[in-house]
Amino acid sequence: MTGPLSELDRPNSYIGRAVPRADAARLLAGRGKYLDDIRLPRMLHAVFVRSPHAHARIKAIDTEAARAMPGVAAVYTGAEIAEHCTPWVGVLSHLAGLRSPPQHSVAVDVARWQGEPVAVVLARSRAEAEDAADLVDVDYEELPPVLDAEAALEPDSPRIHEGYDSNLAWERKVDVGDIDTAFAAPGVTVVERTFRFGRHTGVTLEARGTVCDYDPGEGVLTMHYSGQAPHMLQVILSRHLGMAEENVRVVSGDVGGSFGIKVHTYGDEIACAALSKMLERPVKFVADRQESFLTDIHARDHVVKARMGVDAEGRIVGIDMDDITGIGPYSMYPRTSAIECNQVLNLTGAPYMMENYRARGRVVFQNKTLMCQYRAVGHPIAMAVCDGLLEDVARATGRDPVELRRLNLMPDDGYPRASASGMKLADLSHQKTLEKLVELMDYDALRRDQEEARARGVLRGIGLCSMVEVTNPSPAFYGIGGAPIASQDGATCRLDAGGALHVSSSVTEQGQGTNAILAQIAADRFGVPIERVKVTTGDTATVPYGGGTWASRGAGIGGEAMLLAADALKHQVLEVAAALLQAEAGVLDIRNGTVVDATTGAERIALSDLARTVYYRGNELPPDLKPELIATRHYRVTDFPFVFTNGAMATHVEVDAETGFVKVLGFWVVEDCGTVINPMLVDEQVRGGVVQGIGGALYEECLYDEEGQLLTATMADYLVPMAAEMPDIEVAHVETPTSTSVLGAKGAGEAGTGGAPAALLNAVNDALAPLGASIWQQPMTPERVLRAMGRL
Amino acid sequence: MKAPDFAYARPADLGAALALLAEHGTEAQPLAGGQSLMPMMNFRLAAPEILIDLSDVAELRGLERTRDTVRIGAMTRYRDLEDWPDLGGTLPLVAMALPHIAHDAIRNRGTIGGSIALCDPAAELPAVMRVLAAEIEVAGAEGSRRVAADDFFTGFYETACGEEELIVAIHVPVAEADRVYGFHELAQRHGDYAMAGVALSALSPNPIRSLRAAFFGIAATPVRLPDLEAALEGLTACEAQAAVTAALEGLDLLADTKASADMRRHLSGVVLKRALEAM
Ligand SMILES: Cc1cc2nc3c(=O)[nH]c(=O)nc-3n(C[C@H](O)[C@H](O)[C@H](O)COP(=O)(O)OP(=O)(O)OC[C@H]3O[C@@H](n4cnc5c(N)ncnc54)[C@H](O)[C@@H]3O)c2cc1C
Repeated sequence: MTGPLSELDRPNSYIGRAVPRADAARLLAGRGKYLDDIRLPRMLHAVFVRSPHAHARIKAIDTEAARAMPGVAAVYTGAEIAEHCTPWVGVLSHLAGLRSPPQHSVAVDVARWQGEPVAVVLARSRAEAEDAADLVDVDYEELPPVLDAEAALEPDSPRIHEGYDSNLAWERKVDVGDIDTAFAAPGVTVVERTFRFGRHTGVTLEARGTVCDYDPGEGVLTMHYSGQAPHMLQVILSRHLGMAEENVRVVSGDVGGSFGIKVHTYGDEIACAALSKMLERPVKFVADRQESFLTDIHARDHVVKARMGVDAEGRIVGIDMDDITGIGPYSMYPRTSAIECNQVLNLTGAPYMMENYRARGRVVFQNKTLMCQYRAVGHPIAMAVCDGLLEDVARATGRDPVELRRLNLMPDDGYPRASASGMKLADLSHQKTLEKLVELMDYDALRRDQEEARARGVLRGIGLCSMVEVTNPSPAFYGIGGAPIASQDGATCRLDAGGALHVSSSVTEQGQGTNAILAQIAADRFGVPIERVKVTTGDTATVPYGGGTWASRGAGIGGEAMLLAADALKHQVLEVAAALLQAEAGVLDIRNGTVVDATTGAERIALSDLARTVYYRGNELPPDLKPELIATRHYRVTDFPFVFTNGAMATHVEVDAETGFVKVLGFWVVEDCGTVINPMLVDEQVRGGVVQGIGGALYEECLYDEEGQLLTATMADYLVPMAAEMPDIEVAHVETPTSTSVLGAKGAGEAGTGGAPAALLNAVNDALAPLGASIWQQPMTPERVLRAMGRL
Repeated sequence: MKAPDFAYARPADLGAALALLAEHGTEAQPLAGGQSLMPMMNFRLAAPEILIDLSDVAELRGLERTRDTVRIGAMTRYRDLEDWPDLGGTLPLVAMALPHIAHDAIRNRGTIGGSIALCDPAAELPAVMRVLAAEIEVAGAEGSRRVAADDFFTGFYETACGEEELIVAIHVPVAEADRVYGFHELAQRHGDYAMAGVALSALSPNPIRSLRAAFFGIAATPVRLPDLEAALEGLTACEAQAAVTAALEGLDLLADTKASADMRRHLSGVVLKRALEAM
């Protein structure tokens, strides 16, 4: 073959290629090193005594019998731990008015959800600690539980916090344009629905936990943790244990999934750090599955009353909505539990042009597990509300939902612009993704199939969703409000004596392949075979300072930092090469680990020879040349608060008219995450995200009884989506690189989860349409679907 | 989620196992495949002081066909049955039920005796055994006795097997040449315990002739209603559906996070109709 080399043909062109991840084989072979694999000398196992009540005053705790049990080293109550660990408050200054009382790592006077830790036993083994924990005698006075978020706002509701005039934690209002006038205008059709989104949770394969190891000799606390934001935790430990930041080291090894569950401050984990310091021994705590269900943050829990109006031509005139969301008894620290509601208000309607937008959000305390940020924070709510209403309006006005989108989506050539809620948007491709989706799914053929199925009495439905995803956040997300959460990330590239590249980054690996794309970027930009790149992440003692992994920022922010660092190192290396070879740096390049002549490709000097000269035989260099062969660069998003991505998705479902079972026949996604660094990883992120979205829409729910007892605390009761029921998920891309970075990558981690529930809601309602029935509650369980159909 | 401390014994024969049971009484619990018992112990819902592992008890093993019955030793694993080449021809109803029981990993360990002894309300095999008029052989200090499946499942996780007895085997009549067998269950995910299910046999399915049907997953024990079976005689599958929902009215049905009692009643009619239509 002849012709010019394309970008993908040049040596070491890894960006954009489906490069297999280096650690996949290791993890599959069972060689992962997860938290529970850590065993330290003299290590104690912590088991927490947890409140069996949703709301109860702790009158007394008798620990004597537990202390006498074999293997037990110590038993502490919340009050005893509080002497070594200060409480925290989960508020941020930019969320004006948000309030939450101080929260102790282990409850002191009142337990406010079933599962809240009230005491802890430390013993030689987990089993012995559990035996002893059974004997800790807590005298509770039960208090009335506040469970339903709507009822919690009633003036006569019991209060969860003393001194608070209500159970309201935060309220925000947005009012743009004049929605009442817009809805009242002649020719405007208004639809109104009440949406209910149940609670669900992350169900990470590896449960969260910690091994804390305080070394009294050095006065250093090392926390091994299965999580996403080591530097954030370092600050938190330092603050609440009264230690200098430099004396706290947080290490995150292999992490078996996180989905946002592991980016928060959990009392049991922080208590372990305090206990390790108190006892001067390593302390391990790994949540068991039941503890995970009871104490990992839950997500969603919204009731949204919403209206959308379209004019006679079908143009959206506006959205009016009221969101009530229950967050448990405290706002989670330090990210707060108001961000989800804030996102709902920010994102609803963001893909579409409209002049009027009114929204009210209320964040409410209740005696349930804390609710906080989980994959696709607020997105599934915002997308389901807007696109649910859009397709509802389509039915009400006899329009095709694709046509209605064509009419209302923001045009691809109209950026930068703002959403009705005021979000700054740039580089989006709603029109292109929708058209590609229509083609990918063969929309017309599916409509014919639907007709034919209906004729047979089979209920099939097609549902779509056009969506945005918040990625690559700037300081506007947390830092601005005073949270110790870095919005910038750093990367270091070092050329070792053998010619290998040693890179480190402040973003973290949770199993999604961050380390793989960091290696791709470094190898690609610098010019070495990818096998010669070693990646370190997750250790505050060694990696640059940064935010970690959340809000789909690993590739976009961490990746850009790596790109800049690799470029900087390359610049240095070429300068050295130029001196050694007595050439101009500009005529040289690095390919496959060798410095070459940029135009002819002729090999000039191997990187290992260059590095050895620098490290071992510096005498051969000109005296004024002082190469470091290491470069660190940091990157943050400026100009925009967030880099939005967009996508379009669709699903095809069959509703069993007799049982209410929903079978997902197919799912299609067209995603625009800008530059795709590794299509294999991005596609799997999208698919995994869609599956979690299907989970929320059809299966997963944390259900409580009227006493506030969690009814779904095992894998038998809490239904995660399983492979057998999942459809094929076809993924395609439109690539509109973000102009905010060289790399051009936006995030891709949450889109599937954000959009899938809306598509499913629409598909089920499309299927039910011939019956004049519809459902607005998720998960859409068989019984709820049957009831919506009036068949039960 | 760690089990409290317990002692462990692994008797080599039935006599030794029964002696251990007699010695420890309610403090002892037999261990078969452990797929239900171990989780219950880890959740601390069960806390036996001693586990009597039945793995080595020869009398509890084996799968033998005589002319018109199959003797399934209590320690026979689901997997053993699935691998038995004669299963489809001999016990077609059991063959239909097996793929719905949990997942491969659990079927590799779980035993037929364990399923019958546990009497989970949603378990498939207790219902199957009622339809097939199987007999459960239990042994105790006084020797062994056989209990008809119809009399065996006495309540919520309760059976006619005494605390100091063991299930030795299940004796299942082989398929009758003139009868047809049907099975249907509804679970949101494959392998889950059913929200409602039915096992049945009939001389003819649609219209119904001589039906024997047991519903599972809807009440404390498998539900067989002889009056209903008689009333369904001659009805079509569709007509049977309505009759079932009506007949279950007033019965104490299960309600949990997956389905209300009304839902289970409704689904019972659906599963019966679907099982009949598929036959
Ligand atoms: C995820 C999961 C899904 C499941 N899904 C299903 C399903 O869909 N359908 C279904 O039917 N089951 C299901 N099961 C249950 C599984 O089939 C059970 O493990 C089985 O029914 C019990 O058999 P076992 O051999 O494991 O018994 P074990 O757990 O060892 O024992 C169960 C009980 O029976 C007693 N016992 C055992 N053998 C004897 C004996 N010979 N005599 C007297 N008492 C005895 C034990 O003491 C114990 O009380 C599921 C289990 C799991 C973990």
